[in-house]
Amino acid sequence: MTSETLISALYVFALAAFLGYQVISRVPPLLHTPLMSATNAISGISLVGSIVTAGAHYNTVSTILGFIAVVCSTTNVVGGFVITDRMLKMFRRKDIAKKE
Amino acid sequence: MSHPETAKRGMHLAEFGMLMAIIGTLMHHDIVSYTWILAGLAIGSVAGLAMGVWVPMTAMPQRTALSHAFGAFAAALVGISEFYKHGGHLEKITMSALGFEVMLGALTTTGSLLAFAKLQGLVRGTPMTYKGQNVFNMALLAVTVGIFVYLVVVPGSMPLFFTMVGLAFVFGLLLVMPIGSADMPVVMSLLNSYAGLASAATGFVLSNKVLIIAGTLDGFSGFILSVLMCRAMNRSMTNVLFGAFGSAATAAGAGEQHGTMREVGLDDIATQLAYANKVVFVPGYGLATAQAQHAVRELADVLEKRGVTVKYGIHPVAGRMPGHMNVLLAEANVPYSALYELEQINPEFPTTDVAVVIGANDVVNPDARDNPGSPIAGMPILEVDRSKSVVVLKRGQGKGFSGLENPLFFKPVTGMLYGDAKDTLTRLVQAVQHA
Repeated sequence: MTSETLISALYVFALAAFLGYQVISRVPPLLHTPLMSATNAISGISLVGSIVTAGAHYNTVSTILGFIAVVCSTTNVVGGFVITDRMLKMFRRKDIAKKE
Repeated sequence: MSHPETAKRGMHLAEFGMLMAIIGTLMHHDIVSYTWILAGLAIGSVAGLAMGVWVPMTAMPQRTALSHAFGAFAAALVGISEFYKHGGHLEKITMSALGFEVMLGALTTTGSLLAFAKLQGLVRGTPMTYKGQNVFNMALLAVTVGIFVYLVVVPGSMPLFFTMVGLAFVFGLLLVMPIGSADMPVVMSLLNSYAGLASAATGFVLSNKVLIIAGTLDGFSGFILSVLMCRAMNRSMTNVLFGAFGSAATAAGAGEQHGTMREVGLDDIATQLAYANKVVFVPGYGLATAQAQHAVRELADVLEKRGVTVKYGIHPVAGRMPGHMNVLLAEANVPYSALYELEQINPEFPTTDVAVVIGANDVVNPDARDNPGSPIAGMPILEVDRSKSVVVLKRGQGKGFSGLENPLFFKPVTGMLYGDAKDTLTRLVQAVQHA
């Protein structure tokens, strides 16, 4: 990594931190559990890192480690999104809740 | 995600974005073999889907802890494999990021697994402490960080690198060990934050911007949540992490409360509820353990049919993770407009006829407000004792998780109703229907 890429990476980091703060602090406590499982799913994006590690034949060890990492992060992504969706579907407005 | 309605749309957008990112990565020029990737994706999807569909809402905290562990473990593994690939000969900048990634990943993995075990009841939830614990933990952390710094300056030592990883794994366990179940909301948020930061560090190592952004978002959301949780308990972060709450509380004693708890009959309560104007339910972790969320809703329905106003007062740290109670009640079809936060519901208690406390203890303990010597002094509480009458549904006469006496239970306005919350509530529904 050159210092130039580092600077641009840090720049992205700072922007994301600022944006994250703005967005997250507006989420009401009502939605904190879905928020947590959603961010969990989103951070499962480390999957992309795992995929590269598993797919590129550097050596056997890194392929195996990468494979385990792919399993772990896919579980996170899929499970996280499914469960967040399930939770959000349960939050109903009063009129809709009444009908059921 | 600031409103339940728009949140769904946001999530679908996120899912789409993620899919694009993954497909994009599959085109990566370094990839030569797809066998392992596809196998991993398949296993992971099945496991994830199974978990997503079948985990009950009451077990949400455990699942989240487990997925923190998975996420962090993946980050740690990628880091290790990256180190292995280069045989330890990395530039200083990359090595720093990689060190952070592996350390955070490793300690979050074991920490989350222990949190999971505590929540699942595999390990006792009480804080485990021993003499010199904090000193030992700090020393261990210092050694780990020391090795990390050495590796950055003098790269290439495999054994040292793996010692660091091992120590970080151990440190994760030690970090969560002294923390009691009642403090789990903070720990959960904090581990969430660590897992996110580990992902962000992975992004730095691989120079992958998507990873940096996603990881940072996760890290910050976890951090903000943990700060909110701490504020809701009026305790500092250091206090939660190093205070070992349960043991400290028993030592302080806070002046034993004396008096008798007044046990009330089911039918009396039913009559009270049936002829009340306004009833507020205050759920706690006991509601989750008793799986009583549907029973509460049934009772609320019966009461609303009789023209009673029903509201729910929810403390930010009720349950074992942030927002736990909201999800449970939503599962039972309670409209979210009936769920009220601490600041919204507190002014309403003086005009409330009956406040029904279900399996909650510390969040309604008036000592936090009245007794400056109490270990939980200053913690914002739901002031149920201001309402005209209070009914406490409780399993037995024992103390709560914090081990504190709750003077609320001895007040003249309070009536105790012992038994399993679900069972009691179901019988209350029938009694109200006959009233």
